[in-house]
Amino acid sequence: MTNRIEKTIELKAPIERVWHALTDHEEFGSWFGVKLDGPFAVGEESTGRITYPGFEHVTWEARVTRMEAPRHFAFTWHPYAVDPAVDYSQESPTLVEFELQPTSTGTRLSVVETGFDALPGHRKPDVLRLNDSGWAEQMENIKAHVEQ
Amino acid sequence: MSSNEARAAAPNPAPLFAALGDHTRLSLLMTLSDGQSRSIAELSADTELTRQAVTKHLRVLENAGLVRCRHVGRESQFAFRSEPIAEITAYLEAVSRRWDDALARLRALVER
Repeated sequence: MTNRIEKTIELKAPIERVWHALTDHEEFGSWFGVKLDGPFAVGEESTGRITYPGFEHVTWEARVTRMEAPRHFAFTWHPYAVDPAVDYSQESPTLVEFELQPTSTGTRLSVVETGFDALPGHRKPDVLRLNDSGWAEQMENIKAHVEQ
Repeated sequence: MSSNEARAAAPNPAPLFAALGDHTRLSLLMTLSDGQSRSIAELSADTELTRQAVTKHLRVLENAGLVRCRHVGRESQFAFRSEPIAEITAYLEAVSRRWDDALARLRALVER
């Protein structure tokens, strides 16, 4: 169990291609499952509507914090803000960071999402260890998934 | 995953995260996580906090469902509840799965 979600995936595509898929708002929308109102720009609010089946009632709101081609793209948002009855704007957002690295076969892409909680780092493992078996298992699944 | 399942997994975990995001509450919870219930006096004994301060933190934990309070005579006994921790885990797993799905679609897009 952690307050950090981290994924790494090896893609057989050049870094410029992956960068475009991440930062072009229409391409981003096609794989993420969101219809964005306009292009991404650093410091600007990005708005749109989720198109992923089952989540069409959800609006997309994020703020782009970093765009340094072709390696760094980041935004803050309210993760999983799926309940229309809940005002998520008062919660502190999480940070999603994409990092791209060229490899001999294409691109290594990592996604790190942080800030799910304000737990002091050195204390957290002790408390959350109580129920960490499910999470540890999930991390193994993820590893298997991205490495398949 | 349907939106109903998503909501079942995580109605709104923010108050839980907020309740956990404090050193004192976290250490109270750690103490209680052995399953033994304790009185406010016992829980105050190994801290430098006043009983009032400890009580306040215990109420925050209680409101978040992380501990339950039982009255034994004139004393309040506090005990750990694990269910909310399971909720947080389910929430993070749901977020994690969504990234897996999204990245699989990204791969399909850039590798075609």
